Amino acid sequence: MNPLLELSDVGIEFPTPKGPFCALQNVNLKIKKGEFISLIGHSGCGKSTVLNIVAGLYQATQGGVVLSGKEVNEPGPERAVVFQNHSLLPWLTAYQNVELAVKRVFKGQKSKAEMREWIEHNLELVHMSHAMHKRPDEISGGMKQRVGIARALSMEPQVLLMDEPFGALDALTRAHLQDSLMEIQKDLNNTVIMITHDVDEAVLLSDRIVMMTNGPSATIGEIMDVELERPRNRIQLADDPQYNKYRQQVLSFLYEKQRKPDTDAPAKKAADSDDSNEEKVDKKTGEVA
Amino acid sequence: MTTALSNIAWISPFVSIAKGEDVSGNIQTIIKTIGLPLAGLLVFLMIWQAAASNINTSLGQFPGPGDVVTQTKGLLSEHFTEREKAEAFYERQEKRNAARVKQDPTYVPKIRDYTGKPTYIDQIGTSLVTVLSGFVLASLIAIPFGIVIGLSANLYSAFNPVIQIFKPVSPLAWLPIVTMVVSALYVSDDPMVPKSFVTSMITVMLCCLWPTVINTAVGVASIPKDLVNVSQVLRLSYMEHVRKIVLPSSIPMVFTGLRLSLGIAWMVLIAAEMLAQNPGLGKFVWDEFQNGSSDSLGRIMVAVITIGLIGFLLDRVMLMIQRKVSWDKSAATR
Repeated sequence: MNPLLELSDVGIEFPTPKGPFCALQNVNLKIKKGEFISLIGHSGCGKSTVLNIVAGLYQATQGGVVLSGKEVNEPGPERAVVFQNHSLLPWLTAYQNVELAVKRVFKGQKSKAEMREWIEHNLELVHMSHAMHKRPDEISGGMKQRVGIARALSMEPQVLLMDEPFGALDALTRAHLQDSLMEIQKDLNNTVIMITHDVDEAVLLSDRIVMMTNGPSATIGEIMDVELERPRNRIQLADDPQYNKYRQQVLSFLYEKQRKPDTDAPAKKAADSDDSNEEKVDKKTGEVA
Repeated sequence: MTTALSNIAWISPFVSIAKGEDVSGNIQTIIKTIGLPLAGLLVFLMIWQAAASNINTSLGQFPGPGDVVTQTKGLLSEHFTEREKAEAFYERQEKRNAARVKQDPTYVPKIRDYTGKPTYIDQIGTSLVTVLSGFVLASLIAIPFGIVIGLSANLYSAFNPVIQIFKPVSPLAWLPIVTMVVSALYVSDDPMVPKSFVTSMITVMLCCLWPTVINTAVGVASIPKDLVNVSQVLRLSYMEHVRKIVLPSSIPMVFTGLRLSLGIAWMVLIAAEMLAQNPGLGKFVWDEFQNGSSDSLGRIMVAVITIGLIGFLLDRVMLMIQRKVSWDKSAATR
């Protein structure tokens, strides 16, 4: 079967005053329809860059991305993104935020009533029907992220891109959302690429885990298939030897093979928590933290 | 009704006391919200009175609070007598016309306008109309311009020097040029509005453009990258992007600019009216100064206080509009 999404020899260079900075190179990945892929790696390793290239927000300077036979060179709703910081428009209610996307994607295809139903259906999928008409500043962080997911799902994307969707949430909320996501995934069977820092999250949710090496010139280090049966239950899995083996494998990649040369474990933890800021700085200066 | 009342900060404690809630706490709130400002005002009036009695000018003693009250009453009664005169004038005219029509049914009656001098209240009206025209004109130019240069870093860099150079220019410097240009271009036998009005309005416009331009541009340029990404993923067109993302997102900053602009517009207006002889508050102050009677300083002082009060009210009105329009309620608190 042909892959739905193919990244072939993707690389990107950012121009800096000190000459071009190569952030990524030789990224090759084939993703089948309905697969759930996690990208994991240290901060600044270019995971977000990979996602942004697939989203079309960045242009690869080398190689390219092909989605169902068409090359990707601009952003579009068939590659909906769930952003780390929810990115809801603060002046619109949850309903209106989803509506904006639905109106854009299904203009001329759905009637007003159908659109309404579709918006409500998507908010129901993420259990947000009760707060449909609240604005982002009136709901919690987890709820905002749910609405963000509803908005992305409502575009019926061919690939759903998630940029550390639960990174900014507390552990309990995160677990809730992971369960919700698995539930939705069971019904819709979307093709998903998710960036994460969280080893448990990656093993729990993914069909395959793509581990990235450290930058500069980051690339894919290892790819691991996760052959745990679905539906997965986090409590049962906690005792599962297979699950723990997968976990151990990812941890050993991150902390033994790809351990950052100049950082020790506690500093690494701190760096992890404000990963997004750090990466932003990286792109500006072209330097690796 | 009670909910509407309790929304006004200084009324709400009275409402709670009337309901019998937390009396001592509310009395403290009342002292804070009403007592302190009143005390400040009282101290100011005392200092003013003391200072006034020690300053002697060629037009007599400097007006204290008492003189201002007297002059205010005088200006108001002048206004009412003038209104009565005008009414009487029109009444006489009507009677005369009716009589003439009776005599000669083919006569088409003419109504002549009353040409008495504008009163203080009329002058306030003229000033308000002028400042609002100038401000609206400035906003109509400044907001779209601000959005366009805010969306493009290159355009912003290109126009920034021009903006920075024109921003600090005093209205007094613009006025002679504006006067000449208006005289040259605004020629008509039956002008809709007087030249002095156009000159004042354009001067106000030129001076109060800049804060709105700058704040709008900064507001537009600082839209979170995430929201821009959302717009890109949805493939919104340029116009849709402006309408759905840019405008709402920058509304709080636009209002900050508008409020600054309106404040400047009101300050500039007085100077512009003085020189352009637009019959508003500025001309009133100038005429009183030239007049040089023993009442003049008192009347000018009335104008000073009126200008201050109206400026304050204009800002409050803008704040109210901002609260109605903007989604970001937290930005509209002061």
